[in-house]
Amino acid sequence: MSHSEVLIEAQSLTKKFDDFTAVDGINFQVFKGECCGFLGPNGAGKTTTIKMIHCVLPLTSGKLTVENLEVSEKPREIKKMIGVAPQENNLDPDFTVMHNLLVYARYFDMQKAYAKKRAEELLKFFQLEEKRDVIIDQLSTVMKRRLILARALINEPQILLLDEPTTGLDPQARHLIWDTVHGLRKQGVTIILTTHYMDEAAELCDRILIMDYGKIIEEGKPADLVRKHAGEEVLEVDYDEKVMKTLQEKFPDARLEIIGDRIRVFTDQPHGVFASFLESSQVKGAAIRNANLEDVFLKLTGRRLRE
Amino acid sequence: MKLPELTYRVWKVWRRDFDVFMKTYKVNFFPPLLEPIFYLVALGIGLGSIVQAIPGFTSYIQFIAPALLAISMMNNSFFECTYGSFVRMYYQKTFDAIIATPVSIEEVIAGELVWGATRSLISTSIVLAVIGAFGLIGSPFFILIPIVAFLAGLTFSSIAMCFTAIAPNIDFFNYPAFLFITPMFLLSGTFFPIADLPGLVQIVAYAFLPLTHAVNLARGLMMGNLESFLLLSVIWLSVVTPVFFVLSINLMKRKLIK
Repeated sequence: MSHSEVLIEAQSLTKKFDDFTAVDGINFQVFKGECCGFLGPNGAGKTTTIKMIHCVLPLTSGKLTVENLEVSEKPREIKKMIGVAPQENNLDPDFTVMHNLLVYARYFDMQKAYAKKRAEELLKFFQLEEKRDVIIDQLSTVMKRRLILARALINEPQILLLDEPTTGLDPQARHLIWDTVHGLRKQGVTIILTTHYMDEAAELCDRILIMDYGKIIEEGKPADLVRKHAGEEVLEVDYDEKVMKTLQEKFPDARLEIIGDRIRVFTDQPHGVFASFLESSQVKGAAIRNANLEDVFLKLTGRRLRE
Repeated sequence: MKLPELTYRVWKVWRRDFDVFMKTYKVNFFPPLLEPIFYLVALGIGLGSIVQAIPGFTSYIQFIAPALLAISMMNNSFFECTYGSFVRMYYQKTFDAIIATPVSIEEVIAGELVWGATRSLISTSIVLAVIGAFGLIGSPFFILIPIVAFLAGLTFSSIAMCFTAIAPNIDFFNYPAFLFITPMFLLSGTFFPIADLPGLVQIVAYAFLPLTHAVNLARGLMMGNLESFLLLSVIWLSVVTPVFFVLSINLMKRKLIK
């Protein structure tokens, strides 16, 4: 993604609701064709940022452009090239599956015949053909999510915004959605997604931005961030004061974290150091695993629960 | 207050509501078909038999028939843009879905208002047919009543949408229903001549109650009494409607776009 074209650019982007600052002067760029993930605890400002990108929330201050168009000046042009799959189900309960797609296509000025063809393709792709004449209420949660995604694609968007696309889905459905995202990437669609699942972010995103309290606190490729903040491997052992001491002596540069009755050891030393340590000493409940994005996330945003 | 920028996309929102209406048209056509029959039989024939004649009308039933037209204009548009719009906005998130497309929030609300007016037109036309079947139409000018239904429907829709914009929850609509719609239903020259009311109430009815003007127009056109006060009612509706139309869009925008 090094020398790519900038598609979305935010400069000192700020959004305030009365006294509460939801997005606090952030700067970021999204490049054409990439999958960019916004991660962060609840209330970090991810959804607010997404809503400003697709022009439904006005900015308080700063600048935000999509394809060099200002969101405040050219909302229609921008919304035409964006597909949105929101967090909440807002399918039209008064219509059937097929009719939902056709009515939505109408808002985009699509020709009826073409919209129909496109809707048929999407229903087939998302395995909803048999449900085409079913009223929305009778769909399962998973089918509703698939239909929301199908609806987001009806206008052949070049930018797709996915706000927590797999929350509450079973692994089968998650993988269908991941496959879809991969497929769309191949077609050159730029994707912005928010998620609470770190494995999802690692699987799908070329680049992630971690937000907290309205600010972007870190950004980069998932693998780079893991290496930078959590090293290569993590050692977990049962908590014991003596073990703690040994670990501190053995790994003076390491970050030791006590979580419940376990100790986690993070170090930037290469693969194998923990294995050789375990060979020479007796430690209860020891396990070595690869460092992952969740380690990074918790390190950067803390463990305190958010409202 | 800003004048909304509206494009042809208003019709796409209107069309969405129309499509829903047509899906359940059997249910939707029943009330305007049956309700006037109940009123005409119960009030017109039943109550009418003990009511003394009202000057200018052959029977009591003929006096209340146009009021039923006006009430249909009021109820259909007012409740469409209070309960109906609130459900679409708050429970179904339909507006959120639409504004993610090139359609703007102003156009969504305008589409809802025009749809509310259309419902008034459809229902009132059905009531008109029932009244015709009872042989109560006294003038060919009745043909203009659907136009009045659309105009008055837009008035009631726009006022209703202002309530929707300030409603904290759906139960709130009990207030305008009982404090605005019910008194209007009874005091706008519907079931007895407005001239029988105390002077002050008459002034209030003419100055502030849109139903008074809808009744006036329906009665004048149905009976062919084209007097100058009909023009006054047309002017009243034509002035009040655009004000509430623009106000309601502004209020809704403020509610939805923070």
